[in-house]
Amino acid sequence: MNLLSIFVLIPLLMMLGLWISRNLAQVRTVMVVGASALLISAITLTVCYLQARSAGATEEMLFRADIIWYAPLNIAYSVGVDGISVAMLLLSGIIVFTGTFASWRLKPLTKEYFLWFTLLSAGVFGFFISIDMFTMYLFYEVALIPMYLLIGVWGSGRKEYAAMKLTLMLMGASAILLCGILGIYFCSGATSMNILNIAHAHNIAVSQQLIWFPMTFVGFGVLGALFPFHTWSPDGHASAPTAVSMLHAGVLMKLGGYGCFRIAMFLMPQAANQLGWIFLILTTISVVYGALSACVQTDLKYINAYSSVSHCGLVLFAILMINQTATTGAILQMLSHGLMTALFFALIGMIYGRTHTRDTRELSGLMRIMPFLGVGYVIAGLANLGLPGFSGFIAEMTIFVGSFQHFDTFHRTITIIACTSIVITAVYILRLVGKILYGVCTNEHHLKLTDATWDERVAVIVLIVCVAGLGMAPLWISNMISNSVVPIVSNLTLMH
Amino acid sequence: MDYSQFLYMKEELSLIAVILIIFVVDLFLKPGKRQEAGQARFAIVLPIFLMTIHTLINIIPGTGNVQAFGGMYQYAPMQTIVKAVLNIGTIIVLLMSSQWLKRKDVSINRGEYSVLLLSTLLGMYFMISAGHFLMFFIGLETASIPMAALAAFDKYRYESAEAGAKYILTAMFSSALLLFGLSLIYGTCGTLYFDDLSHHINGSMLQIAAFVLFFAGMGFKLSLVPFHLWTADVYEGSPTPVTGYLSVVSKGSAAFVLMTILIKVFVPLIADWQEVLFWIIIVSITLANIFAVRQKNIKRLMAFSSISQAGYIMLAVITGSAIGMTSLVFYILVYTVANLAIFAIITVIEQNSGKVSINDYAGLYKTNPKLSFIMTLALFSLGGIPPFAGFFSKFFIFMAAFKAGFELLVFIAVVNTIISLYYYLLIVKAMYITPSDEPIPTFKSDCSTRVGLTICLVGIIGLGIASIVYQTIYQYGFGL
Repeated sequence: MNLLSIFVLIPLLMMLGLWISRNLAQVRTVMVVGASALLISAITLTVCYLQARSAGATEEMLFRADIIWYAPLNIAYSVGVDGISVAMLLLSGIIVFTGTFASWRLKPLTKEYFLWFTLLSAGVFGFFISIDMFTMYLFYEVALIPMYLLIGVWGSGRKEYAAMKLTLMLMGASAILLCGILGIYFCSGATSMNILNIAHAHNIAVSQQLIWFPMTFVGFGVLGALFPFHTWSPDGHASAPTAVSMLHAGVLMKLGGYGCFRIAMFLMPQAANQLGWIFLILTTISVVYGALSACVQTDLKYINAYSSVSHCGLVLFAILMINQTATTGAILQMLSHGLMTALFFALIGMIYGRTHTRDTRELSGLMRIMPFLGVGYVIAGLANLGLPGFSGFIAEMTIFVGSFQHFDTFHRTITIIACTSIVITAVYILRLVGKILYGVCTNEHHLKLTDATWDERVAVIVLIVCVAGLGMAPLWISNMISNSVVPIVSNLTLMH
Repeated sequence: MDYSQFLYMKEELSLIAVILIIFVVDLFLKPGKRQEAGQARFAIVLPIFLMTIHTLINIIPGTGNVQAFGGMYQYAPMQTIVKAVLNIGTIIVLLMSSQWLKRKDVSINRGEYSVLLLSTLLGMYFMISAGHFLMFFIGLETASIPMAALAAFDKYRYESAEAGAKYILTAMFSSALLLFGLSLIYGTCGTLYFDDLSHHINGSMLQIAAFVLFFAGMGFKLSLVPFHLWTADVYEGSPTPVTGYLSVVSKGSAAFVLMTILIKVFVPLIADWQEVLFWIIIVSITLANIFAVRQKNIKRLMAFSSISQAGYIMLAVITGSAIGMTSLVFYILVYTVANLAIFAIITVIEQNSGKVSINDYAGLYKTNPKLSFIMTLALFSLGGIPPFAGFFSKFFIFMAAFKAGFELLVFIAVVNTIISLYYYLLIVKAMYITPSDEPIPTFKSDCSTRVGLTICLVGIIGLGIASIVYQTIYQYGFGL
């Protein structure tokens, strides 16, 4: 039994457990045990990975396993991890764990909710461990479809519209992606769908790359909120229940960035170099436009959703810079954004659960009424705007340092334009914190509200510890990522 | 005459035996007062039981290609697999019709129902194993004429009678077209044996006209656009189990036969028929999907869905390759379990509450959670969502078509899956999300429907993950 397959096996067992559980207590037990097991496995994997590397393992991917699945079609269940996937698995483990606590009191149909939630997490984990394009695509779609029911049934506001829009846009993107994957596979002439084999063979003709690269990049990019395909994100996030927003913004959007990097760019380096500039412009628009849109929103979730568009845009922006520093920054940004956006959505969900409004115009003076949530919100905000000491700073710093290493005018100009997002982020975050947390509470109904319960505290504290931990001691993880980025980036720069 | 030739036809012979047993036993089952319940159960279980035995004894494919009766009958191991798939479909249809067959006005015709249903299956068997166009034509007619009787089985219901009339008229019309095409082929080639024909076909105008007529005839059976106009009305009017049978078993066998004939007979015209299919596929998938979005009646919606599914199946046919053939058979199998699960659920809901509109399904999850759960999985499978079998079958079909060089076609088909997903999600939305004042009341479906649904559920979940099914089909994919 391969160590990595545990990450798919645990969610499957959890689903089985949920299926047979009879009451709320059993459902909760299954979820807590399963989510903890996932988190522990992720931590164990990180430790094992670091040990294996320090013991001198030099392969690109560790813990490899290949099981032939569909022999006639060269489809295999292949798993393996490098530093990037380990970091993503750790992130997913944390988010699933905290997400479980954030949806502790969710009603009605708790069992069904957790069933779909677990299926979603199975897809996410499976995606990050796969190195075969077929299995990767399979898990990618497994992670997408539960969103429809999770938003449609348990969401709020315009949930039916949002759920349908999100599902159709993401599935549409994955349809384009499917063509891209088939194009890559057949043009490479490879005898397997294994990413490493295709990448090392370097067989795809440049003229073919120019067709399939945009399809693959856009296919994944839609999930990474690439402008102008980001419109599903604000509606989807705003309507989704708390834990689903957390998982979606925290992990699912990372699937997009990861896929762009791991499949589109890694396998088609020449096209990535030739067409990169188009997508760089689009991502720059994402970064700045997302931040500006966040400034004018009045719904807490919309603010955070646009902020996610901006930050996820930065991830794609950085990987398109094609150098080691910027790409390491991109992966760090995925981690950091995943954690702090999950924290944000968790807090917004908790505030909304009490006040029943997310409109910033109706909220004020909450710090006195619910100090724990207020402090958490301030911390999340500061991490979001990139205060040193939190993860956001490390990530954005690395990205912009890396981007500025390009000497030509084009790259430097768009780097400077993208940098303005930091300022804009500060504007909307500080204004928001000032508006809803400080000042005098004008709504007397809000005065009677209570502070966080124990399950909410668990979720918030775990996330804050992670955000701060990543900000205080980033080196171990940034080294791990940076070492794994080297082979991919060198593949890209060699082909320039 | 060498009588051992009959042994090559063991599948057909055992099916004939099944039909005869049911026919004779039915004569002795007179609707008496005393043992009515017991007799009803017996009359329903008997065909299912016999069909199961028939499937099991014929499931192992033979070793090589055989010809009998001077080439009129041709056997290839792949045919056994296709026949097994059709058998499974028929068994599920028989299982899901039990509740409907218990209804007063239908129950006296129970025996006829099974006999008619299995006769069409027998026709499909002959069609599949034909080595000569006359044999093929006889099979085709045997498969379509009893079907009209089945469509009109609820004869006191206006729509059902209308469906029967519509079906028989279109079937006859398409048969006439097909027969005209065959006569042109005979005129130009002087033979109707499949093996000889491929040497005689040279692409003259008359032969192309013959091919077009033949294809139009098959297009009616497969309900491809622009030959689809009968589909929605017949699907809506027929009794729901018959609709299920029509959409799955009848369509699956026609698709397989079309592919074998295109490969065996019309291989010199490959560029021409690929061109024709190319446009037919685009139009079928796109138009059917767009029409499906507007439907309010779930049976009409499934009718348009099945037209677009036929378009996807043609995507395998257009490849003309062994891998395409494998994907085709696998697709039919997966499509069978998913589509029949949906029709079984429509049947039980129709029998218990009389409701067939999508709006009536609102709030179904609250009252019948298990049914709506299976329905959801089946719809996801049809829409091609992993980890359900439909994803695998679609992916493999796309792979086969892509490999054959139809990138653009795959792109269009893939984009169309999103439209189909939209209307499948509309049903899911109705069941889970839309609140309802008077939802369909909670009911318990009868035992045999539950068995049928269980088979479907196992298929929907297991067929993709267990690659052995695909590999078994693949082994025989080259045996054409």
